[in-house]
Amino acid sequence: MGGGELPGLLVNEIGGIHGILHGHVALLKKHFYLITMKEFLENRKHMSKKVQAIYLWWHKPIIDRELLQSLPNLKVIANSGVGMDHLDLKLVASFGVKMANAPYAVSSSTADTGMALLLASARRLVEGNISILLSDLLGVEVTGATLGIIGMGSIGYKIALRAKAFEMNILYHNRTRRKEQEEQAVGATYCEKIDSLLQQADFVMVVVSLTPQTHKLIGKREMELMKPTATLINISRGAVVDQEALVTALQTGVIRAAALDVTYPEPLPRDHTLLKLKNVIITPHLGIKTDKTTYMITEEAVENILAALNGLPIPSEL
Amino acid sequence: TKPCGRRSSSFPSLDPPAGFVQELPYVLVDCIGGRYGVYEDHAEFLKKHFHLIAMKEYLENKKFLSKKIRAIYMWYHKPVIKEELLQSLPNLKIVASSGVGIDHLDLNLLSRYGVKVSNTPFVVSTDTADLGMALMLASSRRLVEGYQIAVSPDTEYFPADWLGAEVSGATLGIVGMGTIGYKVAERAKAFEMKILYHNRNQRNKEEESAVGAIYCKKIDDLLQQSDFVLLSVNLTPQTHKLIGKRELELMKPTATLINISRGLVVDQDALVEALQNKVIKAAALDVTYPEPLPRDHPLLKLKNVIITPHIGSATKKTRRLMMENMVESIHAGLRGLPIPNEVLL
Repeated sequence: MGGGELPGLLVNEIGGIHGILHGHVALLKKHFYLITMKEFLENRKHMSKKVQAIYLWWHKPIIDRELLQSLPNLKVIANSGVGMDHLDLKLVASFGVKMANAPYAVSSSTADTGMALLLASARRLVEGNISILLSDLLGVEVTGATLGIIGMGSIGYKIALRAKAFEMNILYHNRTRRKEQEEQAVGATYCEKIDSLLQQADFVMVVVSLTPQTHKLIGKREMELMKPTATLINISRGAVVDQEALVTALQTGVIRAAALDVTYPEPLPRDHTLLKLKNVIITPHLGIKTDKTTYMITEEAVENILAALNGLPIPSEL
Repeated sequence: TKPCGRRSSSFPSLDPPAGFVQELPYVLVDCIGGRYGVYEDHAEFLKKHFHLIAMKEYLENKKFLSKKIRAIYMWYHKPVIKEELLQSLPNLKIVASSGVGIDHLDLNLLSRYGVKVSNTPFVVSTDTADLGMALMLASSRRLVEGYQIAVSPDTEYFPADWLGAEVSGATLGIVGMGTIGYKVAERAKAFEMKILYHNRNQRNKEEESAVGAIYCKKIDDLLQQSDFVLLSVNLTPQTHKLIGKRELELMKPTATLINISRGLVVDQDALVEALQNKVIKAAALDVTYPEPLPRDHPLLKLKNVIITPHIGSATKKTRRLMMENMVESIHAGLRGLPIPNEVLL
């Protein structure tokens, strides 16, 4: 690095529909020379050697072979959030580029979203908003109900911590079992078979990464195993749930309701049936959308990038 | 008397002595079915215990029925009890009221007529605390607005700069730390919230440390520090308009007011002004005055307000338990036994 010159950080755009938040620019400019995709494309020759890091915000810019080939000094890609399904990890690794995400920043906010959706669905909050009292606007109890968490990573575990305070009976399904102390701390019971969880849960909360193994993890079969009084909550990725099967299940009373922070695609086509069903709450992927968490994500990304550029161990390397 | 266990549904006190055949006690209700009436499936159960008389029937046959009626089953605060009604029911022994609030009852009047009163304080606590949490999370994360964006025919994309505020780690101020307020504190603690509370009396040290709650003797201290102010007090002459212009101005401009107690605890006009002038950030109300609000009320138009139709205890299970508790109280009252959940003056 030349004396005093900050390392170049490529971002998709600043502001706008999916751009870096204006409130984060000062922090980024403190450590990096910010280059937008527009600037890069207009001045490739000059910019391409400057870019040492990329900061992805809402999965943009799209990382493909062409881009990787044109950035000879790229050392690290920092992903905002924790989902990595939009990245070709093998491709990136083949260029010797490191990758990091932001697991610590996202967990509380996303867990809060899961609980918000669970409560709103159970108590019919959206339906009830500004409506006249309906004698049949009865919801289902949350306290003392059974919550089945599919995916007990950091976010799933934080959900368990919150649900325990509602005296919920907690079941979980995960690739690997958690330690006994961790289970005891939240009173969670491991279900080696997902079927066992689905059959007992009043609320099924999906908190997995999207991988080839979890694609359409919850389909017709799984929903039919669920109780007809059960609610499905998805805060992971739309593609983890078989959306057509979900529509059918909701329309025919196979399950009671669904609350989805994620769909496939986002947003859904405006004529999609899910938008019309009374027993569905959909939110616009707001899992991490708070001032605090978005800023923490950028802070975490900055930390990861600086570590990579200085040849130090990257805190959240993938 | 020992309060009803939350999940109690066996009534050893209700079995008539073997071989004893007795006319079922006459109990007055407002109506069965319809928007505010006794639920049809509840009525089925009630009719096994009581001879239910709807108000309409009573008014049509006052001469015969007035002496028969020994209890009133008050559901959603109906039938309204005025002195005229009490005068015409000489054998009325007990009024069983659904829910925990009793601000709609004239306890002095009922006492003068020697009529006992019961409510259902404990069964409603967890549902109401859950709804308080639901409102706080929904408001803070802009859930209702988000839903509207997600389903709107005009939505083409989800903007990146549309943000809510964090619940985890924020400061919650609970005004009224009774059973419901305490259950809210238990839930909020799991969200790593900092908990302040204001109450007529301070709770003991163990109770405070179990939820990490800090007592604010002065409500002002709570109002000035809280990101969320949750009201869970009874409505009494002392708490009427407890939160007015002064209190709202003490709150942070980034704060949210959540009301799960009674509409009249808040000065509603002052609240409208505070919301319109950004004195506070948002409000989430399960209760208003009146209920429902007139359809042209400014509160219904504000984007930063969520209003739910008094559904604090609105789950099938809890409503069923409420009904069962009321049956138990009526039976006890009619037999001259200690009344579970009796409301004393």
